Amino acid sequence: MSSKVYTTESGDVVYAMVAEFETPADLYHAAEKVRDAGYAKWDVHTPFPIHGMEDAMGVKRTILPMVIGVVGLSCAGLGFLMQWWMSGVDYPLMTQGKPFATWQAFVPITFELGILFSAFTAIIGMLFFNRLPQWYHPLLKKDRFLRVSDDRFMICIEAGDANFDPDRTRALLEGAGGKHIDLVEE
Amino acid sequence: MSSIHPDQVTAQQLAGLSRLPDRGTPAPGTGDGSLIDDPSVRSPLVLNERTFKEVTDIVCGYAENKPGKWWLPALMISGSIAGLGGLAILYLVITGIGTWGLNNQVDWAWDITNFVFWIGIGHAGTLISAILCLLKQKWRTAVNRSAEAMTIFAVICAATFPGIHIGRQWMAWFLPPLPNANNIWPNFKSPLLWDVFAISTYGTVSALFWFMGMIPDLATLRDRADMRLRASKTGPIVAPFIPIRVDAIRAYVYGFLSLGWRFSSRHWHRYEAAYLVLAGISTPLVLSVHSIVSFDFATSILPGWHTTIFPPYFVAGAIFGGFAMVLLLLIPARELFPNMKDFITLKHMENMAKIILVTGSMVGFAYSMEFFIAWYSGNEYEAHVFKFNRALPTWMSDKGAPYWWAYWAMIFCNVVSPQVFWMRKFRTSPAAIFAVSFLVTIGMWFERFVIIVTSLHRAFLPGEWGMFFPTAVDITTFIASCGVFLTLFLIFLKFLPVFAIAELKAVMPQASPHHHHDGHGGGHGQGHGHGPGGADHAKGGHH
Repeated sequence: MSSKVYTTESGDVVYAMVAEFETPADLYHAAEKVRDAGYAKWDVHTPFPIHGMEDAMGVKRTILPMVIGVVGLSCAGLGFLMQWWMSGVDYPLMTQGKPFATWQAFVPITFELGILFSAFTAIIGMLFFNRLPQWYHPLLKKDRFLRVSDDRFMICIEAGDANFDPDRTRALLEGAGGKHIDLVEE
Repeated sequence: MSSIHPDQVTAQQLAGLSRLPDRGTPAPGTGDGSLIDDPSVRSPLVLNERTFKEVTDIVCGYAENKPGKWWLPALMISGSIAGLGGLAILYLVITGIGTWGLNNQVDWAWDITNFVFWIGIGHAGTLISAILCLLKQKWRTAVNRSAEAMTIFAVICAATFPGIHIGRQWMAWFLPPLPNANNIWPNFKSPLLWDVFAISTYGTVSALFWFMGMIPDLATLRDRADMRLRASKTGPIVAPFIPIRVDAIRAYVYGFLSLGWRFSSRHWHRYEAAYLVLAGISTPLVLSVHSIVSFDFATSILPGWHTTIFPPYFVAGAIFGGFAMVLLLLIPARELFPNMKDFITLKHMENMAKIILVTGSMVGFAYSMEFFIAWYSGNEYEAHVFKFNRALPTWMSDKGAPYWWAYWAMIFCNVVSPQVFWMRKFRTSPAAIFAVSFLVTIGMWFERFVIIVTSLHRAFLPGEWGMFFPTAVDITTFIASCGVFLTLFLIFLKFLPVFAIAELKAVMPQASPHHHHDGHGGGHGQGHGHGPGGADHAKGGHH
């Protein structure tokens, strides 16, 4: 199903429909309803992460920790190889009467490098999978949306979703207890 | 059906620096309402039944309103002291390391003492942000942001000292493994190089962790500035001759730093995963950093340094000293900023006092174990160091230790003074905690001085024995590092979210999606009914 382009009365392209909820509990149940209605391109905006919201939304577990693990271990391995090559191969350095390539002495730096690159991967990976930084977003133009960063809870269903229909979507959000339902222009 | 109109509510100005009203009176015997003896009742983490909006207003207010009258003078004084450090370092660089009191025998003294002192202080921040996160200690949310900030500022102070003590500071780039003119790589078997990697990793990871935690709160500051800009055409401007609105600058700077965060739950999901991983990797990191710092000493053959107890002993000491510094900063802040006592309750104080007591006793155990091993090992050099270089006062014996006063100052400050926290009266009294924290901070500086200088000043050959006396440059550089630390912290208090706003809200009882289901209200503490937020939930949940 190809998605249809909707416009407002003034001719602006509609990006999404938003609805406000008073409390985390209302929002949680509403999210379950939107999930069960089969929407895919939608999101819940909350001032803080709400416990269990992934399940209410049907979000799959992120692969980020796996990515961090793979990159972190690889970088630790590369860090070990670097030390081994530098002190054992490229310019063998005899110090403290120890062999050129002593793996025991390389453990601390191997460990630290693994941690360092895991941390970079964690934050860069988080931003990458979240498509951030993205300084412009249609939602940020909405005055009411800005209060999400304070104490509001919002559901946003994108017009690009295959199931989106101005009337049915509005009815769904109203039925779930949404207030201040409105359209967001691109 | 309703539609979104430009919102008048967003035009609300903040109440200024005045205190928000208190709600209810705490039950008798619970201090400010957080000291609850019943183990089945959780202490409230936010007092006065604050709503989400009030939390946002209070914390953002610190960054948005004019600070108290004390702030600017404090910043000017600490900034001037920090500036003196610049002069002292300039003099050091153009003259040489001899401007410090170092000599042939004592070639590490205040420089490395200060380095270990500052790096240790940082450890409390990481313990709070990482280890307490893994242990699900929710009270950490009130102190983690400022403790992490403190960590980073302490690491900045710490990293300065090895950087300037290398003698030819312009050769500092030989420290990382970069190809250099001699075609030699650094010595990877040296603990000093391990230290380079440990400290730089620690500083970087702490800064990343801190920044990531701040993204949502910076977005809150951005949105508030945006709302004020949209709601009215006028507002405070930068200066009479610069017609740019302060909020425009805020919206731009906080907007840039918050990377377009829009509080999406799909984003929160990955954010929380990344946060947990960062906490997981920071935990072994913080343990490794001070262990590696201790290797600088422990892998040498000098009596007094060559001990296997050093890594755990250093880590415990670091956490001990770090918590003392957290408390030294937060106790005055709590008095100076309005409503801060709603977030940093007496329970928080008590928890941190308990950590000081535990780690202080661990450090005390390590001190006594050093003596036991010095005796039990039968190593006469080791025994000599502990008896004649550290503990025996000169007034008791001609052969006594010239630095005995430093040793006993350390014992008094680190081992004796925290013992008052066995009594609840002291560990719930901010004044008593401040006094002990002050002593502990002094004691931990002396600990490093004792380890470094007393071990070096009388090594194997009596003919080489000598004393260390600090010069004006030594003293200025150390005091200036305190100035740098305080300056950075004061700037942090004014311009950044001092509390993790999103995390604070998440641990409030009304944040739970199941809040209206549970009747026990354990999160509310004694003497409190449902707050306005809680009452709303009960209504909203059964529409």
